[in-house]
Formats: sequence, C-alpha cells, structure tokens
Amino acid sequence: MAGHNETRTTLHGCGIHVLRGGTGAPLVYLHGSGGGGLWLPWMEDLAKTFSVIAPEHPGFGRSDMPEWLDGVHDIALFYLDFLAAENLTGVHLMGGSLGGWIAAEIAMLDASRLKTLTLIGPAGIHVPGVKKPDLFLWSAEEMARRLFHDQAMGEEAAKRAVDPAGDDARMKNIYTVARLAWHPRFYDPLLMKWLKRVALPTLILWGREDAVLPVALARGFAERLPQSQIEIVPDCGHLPQLEKKDVFVERVTRFIAGSGR
Amino acid sequence: MKFFFFHLMPYAYLDPDYDKDYVTDWLLYPNSNYDPKQGAELYNRYLDEIEYADELGFDGVCVNEHHQTAYGLMPTPGVLAGALSRRTKQVKIAVLGRALPLLNNPLTVAEEYAILDNITRGRLIAGFVRGIGVEYHASGVNPTESHDRFHEAHDLILRAWTQPGPFPFEGKYYHFDYVNVWPRPYQQPHPPVWIPSQGSSETIRWASAKERRYVYLQTFNPVTALFRYMDMYREEARKSGYEASPDQLGWSITTYVAKTDEQALKEAKPHIEFFVNKFLRMPMEMLLPPGYLSLSSMKGVAAAKASLGRRRTMEELIENGQFICGSPETVGRRLTEFQDRAGFNLVLPNLHFGTLPADLTCRNTELFAREVMPALRDRLPEGAREKARA
Repeated sequence: MAGHNETRTTLHGCGIHVLRGGTGAPLVYLHGSGGGGLWLPWMEDLAKTFSVIAPEHPGFGRSDMPEWLDGVHDIALFYLDFLAAENLTGVHLMGGSLGGWIAAEIAMLDASRLKTLTLIGPAGIHVPGVKKPDLFLWSAEEMARRLFHDQAMGEEAAKRAVDPAGDDARMKNIYTVARLAWHPRFYDPLLMKWLKRVALPTLILWGREDAVLPVALARGFAERLPQSQIEIVPDCGHLPQLEKKDVFVERVTRFIAGSGR
Repeated sequence: MKFFFFHLMPYAYLDPDYDKDYVTDWLLYPNSNYDPKQGAELYNRYLDEIEYADELGFDGVCVNEHHQTAYGLMPTPGVLAGALSRRTKQVKIAVLGRALPLLNNPLTVAEEYAILDNITRGRLIAGFVRGIGVEYHASGVNPTESHDRFHEAHDLILRAWTQPGPFPFEGKYYHFDYVNVWPRPYQQPHPPVWIPSQGSSETIRWASAKERRYVYLQTFNPVTALFRYMDMYREEARKSGYEASPDQLGWSITTYVAKTDEQALKEAKPHIEFFVNKFLRMPMEMLLPPGYLSLSSMKGVAAAKASLGRRRTMEELIENGQFICGSPETVGRRLTEFQDRAGFNLVLPNLHFGTLPADLTCRNTELFAREVMPALRDRLPEGAREKARA
C-alpha cells in the first residue's frame, strides 16, 4: 500500500481538503456530483505510477463554501490558480461526471500546465436530441442505484445513501451541484463553442450503460476535441472507476503512456 | 378580524385515478388532461364565486400563483385580478403570488400591479413570494439564487414605485439603466405588501423588519407551525425595535360551514380529502430543490412536510388545525381560539377547496359571511384586546 495523506490548502479565501498519494507525474482527479474526499482503490492503483492529487471542490464535503461561487467558471479558475500555487506542470488532469466538466473547462481556459485530459462520463455539453435524466428529481437513494449497472453494487450504494449520518454532506454537495448545474442543465454554452481550443491528448471514457449521462454524449465531446479518443466500457454504469476498476486503471495507464508521459 | 376570500382555482376535473400512473399532478402530469371546454366553465364559475364574496361583504378576495399543475389554474394571477378589478366594487384584491425570482424582468410586476391599483382606485394588495420549490423545476430558474433574486427584485419594484424615474438599478441579477415605470401606483407611497410563506425563518425575519413591516401570511400548515411562525414574527419585530400589530399577521385556512357539524363534516369530507391527497401530491425533491431553503431550514421543513407522501384524512386535518369544519358556532369558536393563540387579525378562508361543487361553495360562502363573520368582525386577539382597553 502506497498510502495517502490529507492536507488543507487555502486559496482565494476558500479552504479545500486535498487527498494526496504516490509519486510520479502529477495526476489531478476532480470528483463528480456525489462528492469526493475518499481515497479509493483505483486511486491506490494509480498512485503506484503517479502522484495522485484529489481535492474536494469548493462547496463540497470538507471544503469551504465560498461567497464567490456562482458557477462552473469560478471553480475552473480557482483550480487554475491551485495548479499554479502547487507549482504543478505536466499535469494529467482527470475528472468524472461534474468533475469531468470542470476539467474540460480548465483545459479550455488554459492548458499550459496540462499534459493530458481524461474525461470519465463528463457533463458539460448538450447534444440536441440526447435527453439527460433529471437527477434533481431523484432521491439520494434512487441516484445511488442509478449510478451502477451492476445492481448489487447499486443496492449497496442505495443503503449508504439513506444513512442519516451523511445527510449534511449530501445536502451541501447537492446544493453546490445545483449552484453549478441547474440551468443550463449540466452544460455550458461557452464550453460547447470553445472546447475545440483544447490541444491535448484526451481520453473520453464512458460506461456503456451510463444511466446518469448517456453515452451518446461521448460523440459530442469527440467532435469538439481534436486529439481525442473514445473508450466505451461495456456492462458499466456512470462510474467505471468503481464498477470496472481494473479495466479503468489499465485504460487510463495505457492512454497516458501512449501520450508520451 | 378581517376576512379575505381565498380561491385556489383547481382543475376540479382531475382524474381521481391519475396517481396510479403519475407521482404528482404538478410538472410531470401531461396537460393533455386539461380539457379547455371544462376549464373555461371552471374559470367562469370560479370568478363568479370570487365576485360573490364582494357582494357578501368580505373585506377582500385573493388570487394565487402556481405553474404547470392541476392544483391551481392561476399561473398569471394578474389576469384574474384584472378580470376582478372591474366586476368587484368594494373588496381589496390581494394577488398572493408573483413569484419574483422566476422573472427575468421584475419591472413587469411593478407595471402590472400599478395598473391594477389604478383601475381599482387603490384596492390592490401586492403579494410577493419566492414561489414553492416546484416552480424552480418548471421555470428553470436556479433555486440556489432564489433568496437573492427575491430580495433584489423586491428592492427594484419598491424603488420603481417610490423613487422618481428615470434612475438606474444596479443589481447582481437585475441591472437596468432606465427605471421609469408608468403608471405610478394609485396608493401612495405604494400598495400594501403581503408576504405569504410556508414558514421560512429567513422570510419571516425579512418581512417583519422595522423598515418593511410587511403582512406575513401563513399558508397551509398545522397550527403548531402557525403558532411558532407567528411568535417568531413578533419576536423578530421586537428585536427590530417595535411591537408587531395583529394586522401584520394573516392565516390562510381551508374552511367549511354548514347548518350543523354533522352535515358539514359529511359534505366536506370527499372534497377536502381530494384536495390534500390528490392535488397536493408531490415528491420531496420537487417541493424542496437544493438551495430553496438554507441548509438549516431545509431539514426542519422536510420533516414538517414528511406527511406529504402519505394519505391524510379530514379528521387528521381538523385535529391539527389545517381545516376548520362545522356549524357557524364551531367555526367561529375555532377561529377565536386560534386567533387568541396565534395573534393574527387577518383571516383568509379557502371556502372553495378540491372538488367542492358550485352549490356547496356558494352556501359555504354565504354561511361564512352571514353567520360567522359578523360576530368576529370587531374581535381582536386576546392580548391585543387588553392593550386596546388599557
């Protein structure tokens, strides 16, 4: 076990909680709507090759709720300053779901500190005719169940989702998700126009049975990202890093190696 | 007490079995279930019922605002207030809507209310609300911006009414270089402002503040909540440096009167239960989207509204004070008890509810006006009566 440590960094008046583990080229992971703050088995795997840095976003979990948080651009710009403050270069930036959206925004605004981009079932764009389910109408339990294709995993997650001990964190997280994504619903028209600026090797990884953000959105990203490749993970829901951990770790490692790490 | 006849104008032809296929009659229930011929009959019937309240001597009438639902057919309440403004002669007309945060241009409300106030020569009461949670699903407006947009829109409207234009308004959500609303309101400096709420402590604190002293209206909630929120209003007023008057507090209460208790209970039961179990059906995620309430209020309200998910009986509603039903004596006694405990002086009886048919609505309204109102007209809450004598 490489293990990990947890630190707190304050920037622009906002303290954020950061998990760190491993050594090697920096790999920054941005979590999704459900929140971060947990050192997960796939992170442990990647920490064998990379220096994994996994912050909790402003407004989520143990991080502060800053006054200035109005939209996704605020978080993307915050993270650009975070990368600078950490003096990180050659970063492999990775994000899942909402975190994939934030990662794409960061890369659109300024990719100078980035080496590769990995988007795991990302939000951020709208494809006409592709209907996204309204997760703001789902209970926490239903949300948890729909994250997974494997319904045994879904049931496990649903049980955790109704634990009252997690109420405060869940309410804080969903508040910030709404703050960022209520309207336009989980997308940014600016990103849709300017994603084409991102001149980085990009992996678009998607669970084929994703019931939160349909796999049909992958093409919308690929069309805009000139150096991208799509990887569809079969028999997998919204969280390949949890549901198909070994496939996920292998694909990501191979992609980064192939991109001239 | 002062009495304001309150109508919600539900789509009374709602299929009683709709809930076999749909979790709610809000937002997701297809509007193909609205029959325009039947709807037209309802609108005209309901307007007749409100106009009749004017003849019967109510102090005012109230219309309401909800969107994309069979629960109430008044998404643009100003249109109904406009229809009432020329047909009624005496009553105040309270528009217990205008969900300000849903608007991109709140000056449209400053204009609409000012027109109504002019046509009625000062009979308008201006309601401002945030709208219930589901309206944020229906409108796309971000519920985490709700409080801020409400306050900003309110400030804009009040300034548009009271400050000579043209002037610029520089807000975060609303920014106008020219604020110069024609017409100006008839009542000066502006029409009375009423704030209906389900009980958000933020709203109560804001409404009660010394510089506003807006009327606070408690809507559909058990009396324990009514007592708590009205106490909270008085307490906040005291903190703000003055003593709130009973005329600053109002209660919206579904009410049914018949000759005897027995008859009233028998006649009302199917209609009040239809109202609460069919029209009011809504999952919690719809009612309370993220950010609609502060994180601390959210938990409290979610607990208070937990009963939304299960079937409720008339008896239960009577027991917890969400429905007053009986002979004129019984109804008068209940209103008196609640007035003394809660300290309100404004009563907004919903004398139509659910599927209550026209004949029963008419008789309910007549009995309320003729046999309940007269004895209570000059009555003040117990505490305030002592103060008036002293």
